Amino acid sequence: MSQTGSNKDVSHASLPGEPAAHGSAVDTTDNPFADPGLPPHQHRIQDIDERAAKRSERTIALLFVVSMLATVGFIASYVVLPIDKLVYIWPFGHVSALNFALGLTLGVALFCIGAGAVHWARTLMSDVEVADERHPIEATPEVRSKVMEDFRQGAAESGFGRRKLIRNTMFGAMAMVPLSGVVLLRDLGPLPGDKLRHTLWGKGKLLVNQNTNQPLRPEDIPVGSLTFAKPEGLEDDAHDFQTEIAKAALMIVRLQPEDIKDKQELEWSHDGIVAYSRICTHVGCPVTLYEQNTHHVLCPCHQSTFDLSDGARVIFGPAGHALPQLRIGVNQDGYLEALGDFSEPVGPSFWERG
Amino acid sequence: MSTATDNRRKAPAGERIADWADGRLGIYSLAKANMRKIFPDHWSFMLGEVALYSFIIIILTGVYLTLFFVPSMGEVEYHGAYVPMQGVRMSEAYASTLDISFEVRGGLLIRQIHHWAALIFLASMFVHMMRVFFTGAFRKPREINWLFGFLLFVLGMFTGFTGYSLPDDLLSGTGVRFMEGAILAVPVVGTYLSMFLFGGEFPGHDVIPRFFAAHVLLLPGIMLGLLVAHLILVFYHKHTQFPGPGKTNTNVVGMPLLPVYMAKAGGFFFLVFGVIAILSALFTINPIWALGPYRPDQVSTGAQPDWYMGFSEGLIRAMPAWEFVIPGGYTLNLGVAIPLVVVFPLVLTVIAVYPFLESWITGDKREHHILDRPRNAPTRTGIGAAWISWYLVMLLGGGNDIFAIHFDMSINAVTWFVRIAFFAVPVLVFIVTKRICLGLQRRDREKVLHGREAGIIKRLPHGEFVEVHEPLSQEQLHTLTQHEQRKPIEPAAETDENGVRRKVPRSQKLRARLSRAWYGEGTQIPKATPEEFKEIQSGHGHH
Repeated sequence: MSQTGSNKDVSHASLPGEPAAHGSAVDTTDNPFADPGLPPHQHRIQDIDERAAKRSERTIALLFVVSMLATVGFIASYVVLPIDKLVYIWPFGHVSALNFALGLTLGVALFCIGAGAVHWARTLMSDVEVADERHPIEATPEVRSKVMEDFRQGAAESGFGRRKLIRNTMFGAMAMVPLSGVVLLRDLGPLPGDKLRHTLWGKGKLLVNQNTNQPLRPEDIPVGSLTFAKPEGLEDDAHDFQTEIAKAALMIVRLQPEDIKDKQELEWSHDGIVAYSRICTHVGCPVTLYEQNTHHVLCPCHQSTFDLSDGARVIFGPAGHALPQLRIGVNQDGYLEALGDFSEPVGPSFWERG
Repeated sequence: MSTATDNRRKAPAGERIADWADGRLGIYSLAKANMRKIFPDHWSFMLGEVALYSFIIIILTGVYLTLFFVPSMGEVEYHGAYVPMQGVRMSEAYASTLDISFEVRGGLLIRQIHHWAALIFLASMFVHMMRVFFTGAFRKPREINWLFGFLLFVLGMFTGFTGYSLPDDLLSGTGVRFMEGAILAVPVVGTYLSMFLFGGEFPGHDVIPRFFAAHVLLLPGIMLGLLVAHLILVFYHKHTQFPGPGKTNTNVVGMPLLPVYMAKAGGFFFLVFGVIAILSALFTINPIWALGPYRPDQVSTGAQPDWYMGFSEGLIRAMPAWEFVIPGGYTLNLGVAIPLVVVFPLVLTVIAVYPFLESWITGDKREHHILDRPRNAPTRTGIGAAWISWYLVMLLGGGNDIFAIHFDMSINAVTWFVRIAFFAVPVLVFIVTKRICLGLQRRDREKVLHGREAGIIKRLPHGEFVEVHEPLSQEQLHTLTQHEQRKPIEPAAETDENGVRRKVPRSQKLRARLSRAWYGEGTQIPKATPEEFKEIQSGHGHH
């Protein structure tokens, strides 16, 4: 900013008068640590040199003028710059010219108002520190007893303590009336029922490749690949697509059958092809990172890691149980199909899951 | 025509308007008490101002955004200005956020100002709370204002969460999914809460409109009320001040509201707004167009919440997978429930109740308007530093994948570090901070008794070299010795000493023990006494 420091070399004759409260000496013979009172006011150069004050005035006015110009710049940028124009600005790279210009001009317009006001306060407004008294917040004993007396009188006149029937029924009514509000919340949503236990998968549902939208055959899935599948009939533009895919999302990998360690996994697979729910059993992110050498899948959200060659059991991270497996087979046309729904709820566990 | 009317006619227009308003609103008595109200000056008192101003900026820009944002989960196919998303299915919420960013001129700027201001709002509240904590500004009569501020912080977190979820992009949708998983983990009622919040199964079609109502109406409405109450109490209590010459517990030293504070604080609003606008011009925040619309079966790596929610992310990542089926066939998902239903509120509540805990331990019923220097309250400072380190450990845990990738470490090792550090680091930080405070107290004592090291080496006639110590000024002597050094409550004297009426022996015993921990042996260095000072001064003077 500018010169606000003290000016000790200026002769005292030119200084404005000092407020009496400042710099009063205290007797320190008894207590060397006694409070010496407010230090004397240090004059700024603007207090004693009118030219310096004028300089400050011009600086402040300049800041306000820059702000005005920046606002003009803002309006001009808004009118002139096309919204889709990109410009290269070092070191920010390719940025939207409009956003860059609008933000800078608005920022400068605002900042200069602030800088001007603060500079004004710091250099030209009085910087003499003054002391205000604090008053205790607690009421005086007289006020307190008056309030208590008024309250007692009011309470007595209402008969609140004496007419217990009125009081108790009123409490009852007041306690009950919010229940209506609670009841009204009931239709926020349906009851859970067994909704979390079922997905769109069922006996005979074909496994449809999510990328090609074609039903999958076993020969489409080479060893080491990762394929995402959805149940036949679930189209991307279906009304409930998001809600259904949130439970039905499936990943298919192919292992060498002899690599499968878990007996049930082997039974529920087809020729080394296993299908698992993609919804993490921790808090529901889709498990997407597959390491083909180890057959581990990792959830990128909280790093729960599942071993797909061993019943998708959890080998690291915060997930509490294995990913559910979908039992699959091949229908007479040679397409992969589900042999039923998941045998347990997919996704994060919940109280009734069991 | 009477003379009174003539006089009124001659008065300037401003005065006449003020007279009119006073006749109806009584503004003169309000102005009498407040127009020249004194505010003390210190850089740390501006932290709360930053929070206040960013809140105002958030409201201004937020209102603008509601003019264009469509809070709907209805699915549309995108055919707007942003070429890479052509033909992609997305919710109207996401599509309208793209429109704000690419088709409304200045829309991107306002969106970025809104988001940057929200981050700065939370950060400044956090730092402001720390300032209030470490200086003991929460003591009587300001405990309730501490609670108001605490509530503002917590509500601010949830307003931020509901806000960044609104665009329905892949990143924030993942955060909402996380929340659903956490709600499902609540024992007994989890599935019901989830169904009621989402209007059915996740994600359904209701959660964005409901978040919108909470984000633009319910939460900011409550916050606005709390904010006004917070400010009224600041005015009513008058601001605290740091110790120094002329500053006492019964006065407030500073400059008047009109004109200095009006100009400084009003100007500071524009400075904060200006800096945030420039930030938003230069640095992209939350580029939802790069993330894509939310789909429950898609996710990106390195998914992180905004920083203020990061500690909950760390909790959930570090927690071991404890999931049990209890007799009766019910599942206890402690791996999720403990971090988010138990520890998350606990971390926050510790801070909320601290003022009441400390005043119970001290039994102090006096008002405190002079701030503590943090070193003079080593136990409190240690607790505060330990809490911050705890928070930072969890923040680090929330980014364990980022750390593992950038520093080429094993993610398992980072996670295990966080698990151990969760318990060990706060204890270490507490001990270290307390010792640093005691060291600083010792230095203050030395300075008072022997003066300031001048850095001037003097050679004495017999060849010895000594460093010249300059005596402190009266102001400095007072500032370094004005604080009160509390004594722990003696178990025997505890009933009368502070007028305590509780006579339950066990709680009294606990209180005495805590009091010893806060103020007993090893918690402070006795400050220099006038007697010691005089003895040294009269003895060998100062050299």
